[in-house]
Formats: sequence, structure tokens, C-alpha cells
Amino acid sequence: MATLRVLQRLGVEVMYPEEQTCCGQPAFNTGYRRVAARVARQFLKAFEDAEWIVAPSGSCVSMVKVFYRELDLPSHFKETAERISPRIYELTDFLVNVMKVEDAGSVFRHSVTYHDSCHLRRELRVIEPPRKLLTNVRGLTLVEMADVHRCCGFGGTFSVKFPELSTAMGDEKIRSVIETGAEYVTAGDVSCLMQIGGLLSRRRASTRAIHIAEILASES
Amino acid sequence: MTSAPIDIKRNIREALRDEHLRSTVRKAMDHSMRKRAEAVAEVSSWEKLRDAASHVRGYTMEHLGDYLEQFERSALSNGFCVHWARDGDEAVRIIRRLLSEHGAHSVVKSKSMVTEEIHLNAALERDGLSVVETDLGEYVVQLAGQTPSHITAPALHLSREDVGALLTEKLHEEVSSDPALMTPVVRRVLREKFLGADAGISGVNFAVAETGTICIVENEGNARLSTTLPPLHIAVTGIEKVIPRMADLPLFLKLLSRSATGQKMASYVSLISSPRQKEEKDGPEEVHVVLLDNGRSALLRDSVMQQILHCIRCGACLNTCPVYRNVGGHAYGWTYSGPIGAILAPGLLGLDSAHDHPYASSVCGACAEVCPVKIDIHHVLLYQRSLIAERKAAPLAERMVFKLWGWAMSGRRRYAVATRLAQIAGRLLRRDGKLNIPVWGASRDFPTVAPRTFHQLYRTRRG
Repeated sequence: MATLRVLQRLGVEVMYPEEQTCCGQPAFNTGYRRVAARVARQFLKAFEDAEWIVAPSGSCVSMVKVFYRELDLPSHFKETAERISPRIYELTDFLVNVMKVEDAGSVFRHSVTYHDSCHLRRELRVIEPPRKLLTNVRGLTLVEMADVHRCCGFGGTFSVKFPELSTAMGDEKIRSVIETGAEYVTAGDVSCLMQIGGLLSRRRASTRAIHIAEILASES
Repeated sequence: MTSAPIDIKRNIREALRDEHLRSTVRKAMDHSMRKRAEAVAEVSSWEKLRDAASHVRGYTMEHLGDYLEQFERSALSNGFCVHWARDGDEAVRIIRRLLSEHGAHSVVKSKSMVTEEIHLNAALERDGLSVVETDLGEYVVQLAGQTPSHITAPALHLSREDVGALLTEKLHEEVSSDPALMTPVVRRVLREKFLGADAGISGVNFAVAETGTICIVENEGNARLSTTLPPLHIAVTGIEKVIPRMADLPLFLKLLSRSATGQKMASYVSLISSPRQKEEKDGPEEVHVVLLDNGRSALLRDSVMQQILHCIRCGACLNTCPVYRNVGGHAYGWTYSGPIGAILAPGLLGLDSAHDHPYASSVCGACAEVCPVKIDIHHVLLYQRSLIAERKAAPLAERMVFKLWGWAMSGRRRYAVATRLAQIAGRLLRRDGKLNIPVWGASRDFPTVAPRTFHQLYRTRRG
């Protein structure tokens, strides 16, 4: 909803294809490429005619943009995937690099630290756009954390297959988060925020996790 | 090749409980990454160098057979003896035979991961030979009765205090934990070993096909002594270490030194092109090169797995890996650790022996970001996961869950039903305003499921 509000506020005509379900990333990530291909077909059918595709998730976007080419798809779906790849953007990347908007007209009177999600940073190379947008949010102070590029330890099914290790990695991440003294930690991927927020909450830290789209949607 | 499966899950749980190990590893990793970052920042063309190296490695692997034969021809004309070993056992047999033919009793070794891979030391010791590792880290690990925990820094899991205490115990003299005072003691002990050795065994960093040259990169001078003082030098190398031309070498030396240790160039780079010549006063009388396959050539058949062979063993992927920094190298249960070890284990030992290795990663991609030859390590991990899932080697429950999930996600109505079920499950698992999810919930809270889905909200909003 936050993404929708930001885009509409900036005058974008947003369509939400109700045929959509998931990009298939969880299955792909765990090795189930045939299942992922099945779900990918559903995604490609739902989005084949879109001019631009925007998602508030580095993980879903990199699945479609980068990993769909590793899937075994029928040739016409392969063509759709090729066609779609340059048109799908993560929200902040779309705002800054397609719409040329660096100030989304948002207000958020808190200190915030931003975590680089691995998919956004390494698969999509989106590093500056979220920072540009956050810097221009009125009332917001952006505080960089140490080792900001280090993984939060979520990793999808990894967090269930290796829960202790995933937690150890996450604990290192939340230490960096807490050290900044920021009130909020944000990111462009809900999965990282689930891990970071889940650990912060269990450790009774006062820092709270919030998705970057929610900050950008905020007007007070 | 198949051996008993490695229980990496258990190893990881054990390592996570060892706070001393973890803080030692973390400290070393932070230091290595800082040095590497500084060294890389000095080279403005770094990305171009990586591209070039990646290209050369790919091309070489596609023509590996030709380059190996060229290397053999050049090496033979240099006066080397060349041996081909299909697997570790054959390589060990060749080396044992050579040593016995030369009546060797004492052997000095310079650092070589490939001899760790084939468990050479244990075999030679069973033959009654004295085998001494001469790289400081390897020497320490050998004294401790352990194996290296890192490709380039074998004793990285031990703190300097651990090393000081170990040397004091094993050498029967008080040894300080100050590296500056420690090294002269070890140097004195090892100097005698070098002088008395009947044979030197080394690894190889690069084998140049064009000239038949062996290149060895190191920082302590021990490899140079191991390969020049004893009358017999045996160099053991995986077949993938071949590079086409001497002109390719500077590129790889630059990438290797800066990636591994953050140095502009390693302190000692030895290029060995022949045994001792008539007019020369030193150098070994015989040089033997053992070319080891041990599962490598099988990887050439698969273009994704082939990338594993591009590795030049710099260790940068270990240094940057958030998994490695939390558990160290021994948790991987095998010679090679870290991200490259995680893809090498299923690659060389087989998927059955290392079926959990590809999953022991959050697939963050930090490894690929630093790899000097641009191996897509995390994409290879994902690919190996797919091989395991396709062979139905993954747990049945997991396979069923994904099958069901795939079905639910492949249609609008099914999706609506699935989200409805998630909402109900969300209510059932709710405790004190939080969700209590098994496994996940042992250490982390879970956000609650939204009472209304985006689909529902979107419809209301649209009116």
C-alpha cells in the first residue's frame, strides 16, 4: 500500500494485475527450479504487457531481472522474460533513475539507518538511490551503520535450515544497527527487515524495522 | 569419488559455541578485508583486470587438455619429469615411490593445499618418513595435530597466545606470543630441517604451458628453500593451475597478491624452469611435477561447475564471507573452506558427500564481489542446490512443501485460498501480539500476518 501511495502521489498511473502471485524466488533459492519456473510463468502472464514493473523488493526484482534467465522456460516465456528484464525496477531505483525523482515529498521525523540488502546491492547494484531519497525526506536524519553491506543472515530457507548460524549473522547485523543509535532501521527488502526486526524485537532493542516504502509514503 | 557425508550442520553448531574461535576469526577477517580493500583501491583498472583474468581462466578451461599437453612437452624439454595422477591415491603412490627410489628419509614441505586434499603427510609418515611443514602457519597447524582452516592463512583460527603456548609445549622451550620473537625460534628449528632434507615437496600457484615453468608465490622464503636446497623437488598441482602464456602471469600475480594479503606483490615469487644445470651450484638435481585430476576434469563437462576450476586460491571469498567469519574453516569438514570450499566440496567429493554444503550460505554474494577471477560463487551454490533437489536428495517434507506451494502460486484463485489459510494460521499462532513460528521463533520474533491482504485493500481503494 505504501508503494502504491508513493507512486500515485508522484503522478504515476498504477495498475495492479490481480493475476499475480509470487516471482518464484523462494523455490528457486532452495533448488526447486521446476517449481520456480511454474510460478514464473504465472508472473510473466500477469505482467507481459506492463510498460514498467515496480516492486518494493530487491529480492523479487533480482529474481525476475537476473535469475529468470537461469530457468528452463518454454521459448515464448523466455522471450517475455527477456523483454521484461529491462523494464522491472525496484521502487527506489525506479524513482531515482527512471522518474528522476530524488525528493518524494515525504516527511518522517526520525533518525534512520539504511541496510543494503544483498539482492539490491549485489545483483541489482542499487546503492545510491535509496540513500538519495532518504536524505531528502523532511525531518529524517540518515545514519550509516558499520559494515552496512554485510548480509543480515536471513537467506530464505537458510534461516530455517541453519537457524543458529542465521541468528549469529543477524546478531552481528543488529549490533551495527543498534550502535548507530537510530530509531529506525530500513531496507528495500522485507525479508531482511523480518530478520533484523525479529531479532531486535526478541532482544528487546528499541530500534524498529520499517520498510523504505513506508518512510517514503509517510507525510507527517 | 564418494566418501562419508560431511556433517556440516553439526560442525557449524559446534563452532558457533566456541566464542574464542569466533572472535579470533572475526579479528583476522576484519584485518584481511581492510588490507585487501586498500590494495584494490590503488588499482584504478581493477575491474578490467578481473574481466581479463576471468576471460583467460574460462578460455584455458575450455582448452585445458591442449594446455596440459603443451605444459608437459615444455616441462619435459626443460628437464622435468611429469606424472599424471587420476586421483589422490595415485598421486600419493607416485610420490611415495619417488621418495623411496631416492632413499629419502626426511622431507620438507612448503604450503600446498592440494597435498592436504590428498592427505599426503599422513601417508608419508606411515612410511616412516619425517615430514615437516615449513610455512609458519602450516608448521603451527602440524604441531597442533590439526589441518589448515584457511586457504592462505592455515593457522588463522589460533590466536597469537594460542600459538605461543603451543610452541612452548612442543619445542620444550619458552616461546613468546610476540610474533617478532616467535619467528626467530621457528626459523632456527626449520633451518636445520631445510639443510638436512632429502626432498622438498611444494604446491604450484601457476604452471605456464608455453614455457613449462612452475610459479610459486609465498611470503616467507620457505618455498624457495624447500625447492632449492634438497636434491629432489616434487611439485604437486591440480590440473586447473595451468595458464597459457608467461605473458599471462603478471595479471594473475597482481590479482592474487592484492586479493590474498593486500600486498602489491608477494615477497617471494619463484619461477622454476629446470633442475640444476651443469654450471649451477645449487638447485635440485631432479624436479618432478605431479598433475592431479581428483575429480577436476569431470567438472569441465558442466559450464556452471567448470567455473569452480577458475579459482586461483587467494582466499578473499573466505575473508569476506559472513558465514566463514562466524564459524571458521574447520566447520566445512574438508580441506577447502569458505564459499569456494562450499562449491568445491560437492564438485570434487560429489553431491552425496557434501549435500549440505550448498545450503550453508545465505547466498549473499559477497564472495563473488571480491573474487579476482569473477567466479559467480553464489550462483554456483544455487545451481548445486537445484541438482540436489532434482535428484530428489532433499528431504521429502521440503519437496512436498515446495510442490504444494508451486501449485498454490500458479493460479489466482489458489493464491487467494492460500493467503486466506495464511491469515487463519497467523491468528492461530498468535501469542502476545507476536507470531510463534517453529524453528524461526527460537531466536527471532515474526511479524504478524496482516488482517487484510493487499488484494483486498487494493480493491477497496479502487472502489
